[in-house]
Parts: sequence; C-alpha cells; structure tokens
Amino acid sequence: MIAGRSHKARILGSIGLYGAVAAYVIFALFPLFWTLKISVTPQSLLYSEGITLWPSSATWENYKTVLRATDFPRYFLNSVIVSVVTAVLVTIIASAAGYAMSRFSFRGKTTVAVTLLLTQTFPLVMVIPPIYRIMGELGLTNSLTGLIIIYTAFNIAFATFLMQSFFDGIPKDLEEAAMIDGCSRSQALRRVIIPLTLPGMGATLGFVFTAAWSELLFALMLISSDSQKTFAVGLLTFIGKFAVDWGQMMAASVLALIPACLFFGFLQRYLVTGLTAGAVKG
Amino acid sequence: MASVTITNVQKNYGAMNVLSAVDLSIADGEFVVLVGPSGCGKSTLLRMIAGLEEISAGEIRIGERVVNDVAPKDRDIAMVFQSYALYPHMDVASNMGFSLLLRKTAKDLVFDRVGAAAKRLGLDVFLQRLPRQLSGGQRQRVAMGRAIVRDPQVFLFDEPLSNLDAKLRVHMRTEIKALHQQLKTTSVYVTHDQVEAMTMADRIVVMHDGVIQQVGTPLELYDHPANLFVAGFIGSPGMNFLPAVVNRRDVKVEAQLSDGQTIALNAELPVEDGERITLGIRPENIEVGSSDALEVKIQVIEPLGLSTQFYTTLADVQVCIYAMGRTDRKPGDAMRIGIRAGDVHVFNPATGQRIDPAA
Repeated sequence: MIAGRSHKARILGSIGLYGAVAAYVIFALFPLFWTLKISVTPQSLLYSEGITLWPSSATWENYKTVLRATDFPRYFLNSVIVSVVTAVLVTIIASAAGYAMSRFSFRGKTTVAVTLLLTQTFPLVMVIPPIYRIMGELGLTNSLTGLIIIYTAFNIAFATFLMQSFFDGIPKDLEEAAMIDGCSRSQALRRVIIPLTLPGMGATLGFVFTAAWSELLFALMLISSDSQKTFAVGLLTFIGKFAVDWGQMMAASVLALIPACLFFGFLQRYLVTGLTAGAVKG
Repeated sequence: MASVTITNVQKNYGAMNVLSAVDLSIADGEFVVLVGPSGCGKSTLLRMIAGLEEISAGEIRIGERVVNDVAPKDRDIAMVFQSYALYPHMDVASNMGFSLLLRKTAKDLVFDRVGAAAKRLGLDVFLQRLPRQLSGGQRQRVAMGRAIVRDPQVFLFDEPLSNLDAKLRVHMRTEIKALHQQLKTTSVYVTHDQVEAMTMADRIVVMHDGVIQQVGTPLELYDHPANLFVAGFIGSPGMNFLPAVVNRRDVKVEAQLSDGQTIALNAELPVEDGERITLGIRPENIEVGSSDALEVKIQVIEPLGLSTQFYTTLADVQVCIYAMGRTDRKPGDAMRIGIRAGDVHVFNPATGQRIDPAA
C-alpha cells in the first residue's frame, strides 16, 4: 500500500478497481451469455418476446436437434482431430526450433528468424489461391490432413518465437550445472530444461489449439464435403437460403465452446508462472 | 583429487583475443583464486577448465589427463555458480543428489552422502524444500552441497558469494575456507574481490586483459607486486602512487617529487640519476607525526575507531594514510610524515614493471 493515503481513499480506490474489472468482465462475457440465452429459447419465443435477459420458458430442444438431426457431431469430431493434432505438432516443432534459436548460434540464424517473421506479415487472403493450387496438385484439398498441414505451417512461426522466449527465460547456468553434474546435452534438456518449459509448452498448445479450433477461412476454402467439415464451417449450414436457425446455431456454438474450456481447464496448472522462481539469485 | 595444469592456453572469440598464452600449474589440494577486474578473462579460464568453453589453443590437464576434448560431465569436476543454478523443480535433496543419481549410485548411498553433506552445511531440515522456499544464504549452501556430495577431483567456484549481503559473504568465506581445510580438494575460485582472494587463497592469480599479471601467495603479492596493476589491485585501501625523478648522489639515492620534496630510496636500486620512476607506498607504511621532512595537507579524515584514514595531498597527488589509533587533527591542517626507504616500491612508469634492488 502507498504510504500516506487515508483509509477512505484506499477503500474508494479498491471499489474503483474492482468496479472496472467487473465492468470489463461483463462486457467480455455478455455475448457468450446472449449465445447461451438464445440457445435455450424456444423457436416460438425467439421473435415474439422482445428483448429479455432470460426467456419465459427454456428448452433443450435446440441442443437435441443439433446433436441428433444434424451432421454437427461429425463436424465437431473433425475439429477436435484437426485442432489437437495441429496443436501437438506445432508445439513439438516450435519447441525444438525455439530451443535451437535460444541456445545455439548457427549459420543463417538471422535469415531463419527474419523469414519466420516475414511469413507473419502477409494477409492470409493473399496466399489462399496459391495454397489452393498447391494443395490441389497434392490431392490434399477436402481433407483433414491438408488442413492440419496448413494450420501447422501457419502457426509455427509465432509458436517458435513464443517458445524461444520461454527458453530464453531459463538461465543458461541451469543447463551448464546439469552438464557438469553428469548430463549430456540431451539429458540436461530432458531432465532440467523441459520440466521447466512445460508452462510455456502448455501456453503454446493452448494458443495453437484455439487458433485451429476457430479457424474459418482455410477450412471454408479447402473443404467441400460434409464429412470433412470442421464445426466453424458447419455453423454456416444453419444459415439457410431463406432463414437463419438462430436457436440451433447458438446451441452448436455453445457446444463448440466446451472443448476449448476443457482444454484450458486442463492446461491451467501449466500456465501458472513462477515455476522457475528460486533457480537463481533472489 | 588432482592437479590442474594449464599450458599455453588461449581463447579467441573470432578475431578478439580474450586469453593469451596462459600458463598455470595448480597443485593437488591447493586453493587457487583467480582475481581481476571484470572482463579480465578469469571466468573464461574457469569455464574452460569446466569444459563449458572451448579451448582455442593450448592444453588443460586434470591430473595426468588432457581434458581439451572431454565433455564437462566426464571431467569429474564440480562447480558452484554465481547464480547458484539450483534446479527449481527439484527439492534440496534431489538437487544435491542429482549428480550421484546420474552416475547410477545406489539409492541408499546417495541418501547417506546427501544426508552427510546436508548435515555439514546445516541443511538437514531443508531437504524437502524447493529452492524458491530458501533464503539466499541457504541456496548458496545447497549449491555448495551439490558440489561436495560428488567428491570431485576439482572444485570450481565462479564468484559464489557475490549475490550475498556483506555480512553473510564474510561468514561464507570462512566456511568455504574451513571446508577446504577439511576436504583438501583442489579448488579454483574466481572473484573480482581482492579481499576474498587475500583471505581465502593459498595462491592468488592476478589477471588483467587476458594476461596473468602475477602468481603468488597473498603476502608475496602484497609485499612484492610485480607491476603497477597488481600493486594497485591488491590491498585496501589501495597503494598510493607518486611520480618522481631519481636523484643519485654517490651512495645516496633519493626520489624527488614534483614539488621538490624528496623520499629516500634503497641505494641498491638499479636506477639512473634523472630517471623517471613511479613510487608505490602502502597507506599503512606512512608514519604520521614523524620528524621527517615530508609535509602533506589533510583533506578528509575518516575515523574508523581502531584506526584513522587520512586523505591528504602530497605534491598534488592524493595520498591515503592509514594510522592506528585516533586523531585530533582537522582537515586543512598540514601534517608531517615519514616513509622508510625499505617500504617504497619502485616501478618503471613506461612498462609498469617493478624495479627491484640489485641482489
């Protein structure tokens, strides 16, 4: 606490701070709440009740329809496959690359870094036509493998820089101490560095998973058959030629939130920072 | 335990030369301190002994074995880092036992050795704690413990005390020295602190700009510094340096200061009449209130209780005088001092080398 401030000023300060945080949370969560609200609103009440915070009668009907009568479970599974595989691949490759960028100096290091950075500066829309052509030649359009390759390629640059910064945060002394204690470089990596980088890998896994989970543009361009659609593309099927089935669309959206929430719930303990506290001087 | 022999070792980073032709023999069981200002190459030399830096040229032997191309893990050395480098995800016991486990030592032997080392360092109640739950001093001990459970051929210390507060540093200094007296393991200790070097070393290696300036026992270095750098680096408060010109009159040799005052020199010194020299005089070798002819002007007085430090000017040069006891003199006063010819160190100002009396 800042010395010299009166008790009253401090309380007012706390109220202001928590008020601001609460306002932000409400602002951020309100659209999600609205999605949830519409997903449980019966079709008959959707337009007739006006704007209310909660419908006069709630129903699970939309969820039942989405799960039983549409292809959504299939889309959902496709999304899980694509996102999980992409996240794991990217994390492994980016960890290896980030470690190399952080610890070694090698010929062409700057070139590699600049190239990685350059790939991040192009608008995605610009590269869709050439990528479509390439994937077509390779027979990878309309396939989940194709999507995984594209997502992996596009996420590696950012993930590499992210992992590099995590490795940079681990003192070199630790590795050297391990090597003097009797580790080879790979043992030092396995027994000392990787356990300390787990939070970073968790964060990377989370970021890439979310990015792949919600990606729409490439999935829309590359996937044409229903059996290969991801849920983001699948959501569009609720927009018909003459009407939008809001209730089912929102129900599908809520379902789509669940894996992302589970994923972060699982990763949360790895995201806690401060694991390296106490390694070096304090 | 083993000796360490460094022969004509060099280190270059590209075109930059950080160590040039270093030769040093460290005897079995000896405690050698590498000391010098930052950037002098002392840490690089230590890391080369550890195997963490490649050797550009020359040869390092541990015992009889040339270790130039031996991996750090196979050199049978232990190192204490300035940052301690404790593994943050392992508790104290695992930190200390890590090297033994890697060597596939039997579990109960590891347990015994870690227990014994922890007891010796007063860490036995902390064995289950993580490094972040320890104070700086305790972490420092764990780093020491990790080194001693190994029972290595050589201990390497890289400024292990610089992150401790002054009081703890003095305490750990004596503890490390006591530990060495018990274990008698060959130790190489890097520091930039000349007091640490003086108090701990069997022999001190003073380094500057990648070159060894002088190797000797603490008192050899103190009494016979080989050049101006060593003379200025060793001792606190530091040696006073005065430019002077030689006056040789038959058997009497004097150094004349820029203000005309003279200091008698040892007549055996091989210096010519009119030669320019630099005088080095330790603060405690100046006698206060002597009837001798030198006069200084007091600028600042620092009472230390047991002793008093005077900062004075003599021939426009600041001269520090360290006198036992207390004083009632005031800044601005003139003061008469005496310097015995035998206490004056003489250096060649051009080369910086010491000029010794002809034997």
